[in-house]
Amino acid sequence: MPMIELRNVSKWYGSFQVLDDCTTSVGKGEVVVVCGPSGSGKSTLIKAVNGLEPFQKGEIVVNGVSVGDPKTDLPKLRAHIGMVFQNFELFPHMSITRNLTLGQVKVLGRSQEEAEAKGMKLLDRVGLLSQKDKFPGQLSGGQQQRVAIARALSMDPIAMLFDEPTSALDPEMINEVLDVMVELAREGMTMMVVTHEMGFARKVAHRVVFMDHGQIVEDCTKDEFFGSVRSERAQTFLSKILHH
Amino acid sequence: MLEFDWGVIWKYRESLWDGMLTSLQLFAIALAGGIFFGTLLALARLAPWKLVSVPAAGFVNLIRSIPFIMAIFWFYFLTPVIVSKFTGQQGEAVGPFTSAVVAFIMVESAYYSEIVRAGIQSIPRGQPAAAYALGLNYWQSMGHVVLPQAFRNMLPVMLTQAVILFQDTSLVYVVALKDFLGAASKAGQLTGRIVELYIFVAVVFFILCFLASHAVKRLQARLAAGR
Repeated sequence: MPMIELRNVSKWYGSFQVLDDCTTSVGKGEVVVVCGPSGSGKSTLIKAVNGLEPFQKGEIVVNGVSVGDPKTDLPKLRAHIGMVFQNFELFPHMSITRNLTLGQVKVLGRSQEEAEAKGMKLLDRVGLLSQKDKFPGQLSGGQQQRVAIARALSMDPIAMLFDEPTSALDPEMINEVLDVMVELAREGMTMMVVTHEMGFARKVAHRVVFMDHGQIVEDCTKDEFFGSVRSERAQTFLSKILHH
Repeated sequence: MLEFDWGVIWKYRESLWDGMLTSLQLFAIALAGGIFFGTLLALARLAPWKLVSVPAAGFVNLIRSIPFIMAIFWFYFLTPVIVSKFTGQQGEAVGPFTSAVVAFIMVESAYYSEIVRAGIQSIPRGQPAAAYALGLNYWQSMGHVVLPQAFRNMLPVMLTQAVILFQDTSLVYVVALKDFLGAASKAGQLTGRIVELYIFVAVVFFILCFLASHAVKRLQARLAAGR
């Protein structure tokens, strides 16, 4: 059974359809990269996976739990799915340490000491232990995003969702974030990653999903995608972003 | 030629001080109650359920469109009548202070709810999204992530509203509550030195409110610098 399964998911904003019959899945330990032109619905799709975006049709099942079911305890489900946002979304009024411990203490019920120990271990892992007493605003974008990844990992997630994690970063900071993600992928983390970083996809993705106009146009292995993509839309997209 | 006798202020210092204490007490209760219930009202207005948001919006709009003094007046005189209508018993008078406190909290909560609502809406949507993604529920996300940031943003406006509220406490004279202004009026009537006493009241209000707005300005500058 896949860790994340989407079956015929559709979503409308009024009469505008943002997701059109999307079906795909992410197996345990699998890394799936979702790409596509802006406005293609990829961010909406990944936010639907942990219930941040409601959808009207279809079904999403994460670790055996249906996300769209009104009876589902969403906070409980979300606690075990890590999410990293385009704009980091660290809590600016809290120190880095508190950013890392808040969820652990309030949601998982860990003690403050336990949460701090865990948080510091992860902060060290992303190379930012020395920043633990600072506030998010004092860190660079790349550093903030690494803290955000550490924050998500502190909840011991069974899967990680990345929503364009490097799009808001200056070019020189992209690699420090990608390195952390690559390492995570190689350790066997289940990951769904919305990104335009095709280098990352080539390096660690198992599958690539290509979206356009709310539809999943391609859903194939990495080698197929970069070798012989069938759809013209995907080819056009690739030729555009691989040039620079 | 008018001769001023400033001695009356000293003579009536105790009653004036008692009046000031009443004013300050009313101010403190109204401020705390207004911010507390105003926050709840703001959350209700922003709730996705019409059953909650519509009555909250109705209450806020109703209160905001009647003069403050009417709310105080009506609450004092009409509530006993309404209560006696419903219970069939003679409505028990709650006294001017209690009645003023209730009226002030109602009115201030309507004003504060608009400030809090704007404050909450000033927080980027990604913040609550990140809180939810960590598994926090609605109240945890509001309490730990959204409201602390919102209150920081709205602190200057809230303090400005507090200054206005402090001035508005003098409206309780309509229900014969002996606040600072009421005490001065009384002393003025007894001694015929009403001009001196009213000047004194004005000067005290001016000094307190001027200092407070000055403090707000400095705070605002500090918050802007800390960003």
